[in-house]
Amino acid sequence: MKAAVGEGPSAALLGGRNPVVQHSSAIRKLQLSKMAGADGDDSLYPIAVLIDELRNEDVQLRLNSIKKLSTIALALGVERTRTELLPFLTDTIYDEDEVLLALAEQLGNFTMLVGGPEYVHCLLPPLESLATVEETVVRDKAVESLRKISQEHSPVDLEVHFEPLVKRLASGDWFTSRTSACGLFSVCYPRVSSTVKAEIRQHFRTLCSDDTPMVRRAAASKLGEFAKVLELDYVKSDIISLFTALASDEQDSVRLLAVEACVSIATLLPQEDLETLVMPTLRQAAEDKSWRVRYMVADKFSELQKAVGPEITKNDLVPAFQNLLKDCEAEVRAAAANKVKEFCENLPEDSREQIIMTHILPCVKELVSDTNQHVKSALASVIMGLSTILGKDNTVEHLLPLFLAQLKDECPEVRLNIISNLDCVNEVIGIRQLSQSLLPAIVELAEDAKWRVRLAIIEYMPLLAGQLGVEFFDEKLNTLCMAWLIDHVYAIREAATCNLMKLVEKFGAEWAQNTIVPKVLGMANDPNYLHRMTTLFCINALSEACGQEITTKQMLPVVLKMSNDQVANVRFNVAKSLQKIGPVLDSNALQTEVKPVLEKLATDTDMDVKYFAQEAISVLALA
Amino acid sequence: MSAISASEKVDGFTRKSMRKAQKQKKSQGSSQFRTQSSLVELSPLPQLKDAPSTEQQDLFTQKLQQCCMLFDFMDSVTDLKSKEIKRATLNELVDYVSTNRGVLVESAYPEITNMVSTNIFRTLPPSENPDFDPEEDEPTLEAAWPHIQLVYEFFLRFLENPDFQPSIAKRYIDQRFVLQLLELFDSEDPRERDFLKTILHRIYGKFLGLRAFIRKQINNIFLRFIYETDHFNGVAELLEILGSIINGFALPLKAEHKQFLMKVLIPMHTAKGLALFHAQLAYCVVQFLEKDPTLTEPVIRGLLKFWPKTCSQKEVMFLGEIEEILDVIEPTQFKKIEEPLFKQISKCVANPHFQVAERALYFWNNEYILSLIEENIDKILPIMFGSLYRISKEHWNPTIVALVYNVLKTLMEMNSTLFDELTSSYKADRQREKKKEQEREELWKKLEELKLNDTALVQNNSHGLQNAQNNNNNNNNNNNNNSNSHDNQDKSTAVGVSTDIQDPDITTATTESTTSAK
Repeated sequence: MKAAVGEGPSAALLGGRNPVVQHSSAIRKLQLSKMAGADGDDSLYPIAVLIDELRNEDVQLRLNSIKKLSTIALALGVERTRTELLPFLTDTIYDEDEVLLALAEQLGNFTMLVGGPEYVHCLLPPLESLATVEETVVRDKAVESLRKISQEHSPVDLEVHFEPLVKRLASGDWFTSRTSACGLFSVCYPRVSSTVKAEIRQHFRTLCSDDTPMVRRAAASKLGEFAKVLELDYVKSDIISLFTALASDEQDSVRLLAVEACVSIATLLPQEDLETLVMPTLRQAAEDKSWRVRYMVADKFSELQKAVGPEITKNDLVPAFQNLLKDCEAEVRAAAANKVKEFCENLPEDSREQIIMTHILPCVKELVSDTNQHVKSALASVIMGLSTILGKDNTVEHLLPLFLAQLKDECPEVRLNIISNLDCVNEVIGIRQLSQSLLPAIVELAEDAKWRVRLAIIEYMPLLAGQLGVEFFDEKLNTLCMAWLIDHVYAIREAATCNLMKLVEKFGAEWAQNTIVPKVLGMANDPNYLHRMTTLFCINALSEACGQEITTKQMLPVVLKMSNDQVANVRFNVAKSLQKIGPVLDSNALQTEVKPVLEKLATDTDMDVKYFAQEAISVLALA
Repeated sequence: MSAISASEKVDGFTRKSMRKAQKQKKSQGSSQFRTQSSLVELSPLPQLKDAPSTEQQDLFTQKLQQCCMLFDFMDSVTDLKSKEIKRATLNELVDYVSTNRGVLVESAYPEITNMVSTNIFRTLPPSENPDFDPEEDEPTLEAAWPHIQLVYEFFLRFLENPDFQPSIAKRYIDQRFVLQLLELFDSEDPRERDFLKTILHRIYGKFLGLRAFIRKQINNIFLRFIYETDHFNGVAELLEILGSIINGFALPLKAEHKQFLMKVLIPMHTAKGLALFHAQLAYCVVQFLEKDPTLTEPVIRGLLKFWPKTCSQKEVMFLGEIEEILDVIEPTQFKKIEEPLFKQISKCVANPHFQVAERALYFWNNEYILSLIEENIDKILPIMFGSLYRISKEHWNPTIVALVYNVLKTLMEMNSTLFDELTSSYKADRQREKKKEQEREELWKKLEELKLNDTALVQNNSHGLQNAQNNNNNNNNNNNNNSNSHDNQDKSTAVGVSTDIQDPDITTATTESTTSAK
């Protein structure tokens, strides 16, 4: 009943203190110093103001001031920082959480400012108070800073100053201080004497069975970290019993954290102890009645697999994984599906293929037609990776039908995930096997109602083009690429432009001249000014890849002609395009063709056209 | 493919209302980890009312056991017959415990709690909609409700039966039972939460031994809600129960209760979904203050600490709560917090969001608050005057301007001399404020320079001698002030230390020039 019965609410607890009206001796000292600063040393005056602002009513000003705390300390010098500034800060700890957060962060970097490691323990009192506040972010930051400065303590100081603080926090009345203590055990344990070590272990044990779930959660989340610094004997005697207890806690939020700890603990133990010490608990977690715990097991499956080694994997984890893939909760299935490739990859080589073919693949087949689209798309994002593991024959016989089924899935994300991983299959069986089904899938995605889906498929075009070859591309995909140029969504047109550039880089200038450039230039006469602008954007992107000849002979005339467009947006984009393609042109073309047009645009009635024309003139040095 | 209209292509984001229309009427099954794979079909038992009284008890037990069978409601076609039998049996059981006397024999208690536990205790499924917005979205309903509802109904009738004996029941309705019951309050289905609320209330009333435990667990749920998950569907229901619990607290209040108020209820005001339970929360807070007026000051200071900075809707709620508190405040308590409180109110009155300003100005329609203001007009008028005066000239919303005029008039009538003084000094005050602001800006600028100088000093240190010279200069300037010259030495130590990080050679130079360096 620690949490509920304090020894009565203190003034601080009831919020009775106000940073503004407080007058501790520390403040008076600082005020004196402020006066001294004001008369004598001008350079100290702003510091006095900063200190004054630490007590301002306006939070923002207090925050600004706190963020300059290192400047204040630097100016005050190490001794006055220790004797005046830190006591003052410890006293004003009741403030807005935002200010406290900044303070907690600053103090972690204060070692040098209080005089180096010798004096670092001066920072403990304010950080101790900060480690007990309610707001989690502040507390976490205070703990982070405490962990940082713990390293700067000498072993003696660690026992004299730091460890007592941890003990105080661990036996605090309110849960917040006990929660914070959980994160501090592991940093001081390795560097203290064996008596103190025993005490620390005892405190940790107590917190693991705290009656507040918040504290148990904190302890469970630090269990793995603490186990790592313990001697192996204590891991076996202490940690395992705590782990078992936390893994069967009444709250699932505690149990699932024990799963995380399981990874570190299993790594620490010798193989022969795993079966008796860890596996019963892990098996139980994989079949926990709460889906959150099972989800966690699925999510950490690869780590667990590595930690327990090949033998246990074969005997225990394979059936457990099968169950997770068949779980009744979609969330769990999706998490497990995500791990399929990694799990298979890490199976022991001697029996890998057999395990996959007889145990995993049947589950995977079922998941391909799962009712939940998240499960299917999680699977689609990794399933292609199986082909490298299983080799050519198995891929053709067993995986190909699954890929094809997923390529026809109703959910675009599933199809997209398959397409985005085509390279894995390409290495094994070549993409041709898929092209029959691939094409309809790509065409459909290319016209999906969601522009983000269209965008995603465009991004895979260069990859696909490379794998399918130029002939297939010209025959089937070229029209699509051109159609995207006149999409209704700007982001798609932009991506399509960029796509063309990448295709030209892949297939070469000659190909561009024959297939793309004529179509792009044809759009310059489109009645829709957005399409006319697309021509310009394409030219911007393509000129460099196409080279000087095509740019000068084919593109430049079109651009110049467009300078007479009636829409101002087109005209100023002409100016921008000329600036962009200028470096590709020879100086003759620049002087005789570009210059007169830009000069004309520089006198345009529209101010934007003028601006960009002038900019182009100066960038191309045509003035 | 061609069915996709151009407009759909343009706007990839379907409207929220459209998405919602598709989503409506969704239900989900409870996340039961189904180990019982092969279900045996239920066969109907004879009616309880037809059985001879000697066999009734046995039959009752049999029926309870029969109702422990669980069905998959996500699959609407399986086990139709068995589902119907269970539904009818549950109905009959509800009837049986609510109309008959003397049916709750001791041996029935474990059977009843077992049946209830089996049916209702389950891990709630993951939310279908991860960013479920309880204000906007339709909740996902429990698929097994046709059965679960009847189980709840039955349990409630059982608790309310005049023969019900807590002394026997407490063996089965224990801490573990209550803990599981409390977890269910996170259900997305409002019908379920409503039943839970009534049931928990009954349990709290009948089981004295569980009271402290229940309060503590609610405490934990709230703390997890505030500081860890930010999500719990049953906050409003739990607060409603707490409202009546607080009402029954004995005086003087225990430290535990005060702690609950300050460390749980007040921080709860920071929650994102405050709107969903603010009414219940404010009720609890006011209940506390009615019990113990000395809590007023810490409560109001707590609310001021957590005052919303960017969310106007929340600010309106806070103002509403403040008014509720002011309605019950004692004049002596009012004096203690009037200054910080009215500083906040003055900011609210000047809020560009008219609903916030309006809500704050409505305080002046409250007779009791008016009387408090009048009693303390010397303190309050100077705090309020600035914003009111400015707003009366500047606010964009005519309603607000009109309200402000009325408020100014009321205040003027309360103390016209002070009002005139403030009016005449308004300009000077503003100018003074502006000047202060300017000074502050300049000081910050100076500070930036100082920082630059600091770095410059660090760089200068590469010429160690120059630094020593600097020191001497400073000492000469301040030789009348011992402590200051000492400061300078300290300062150069600090500088020395910071150079330490950059270049070890420099440190040697600095060390020579200072006495206190290592």
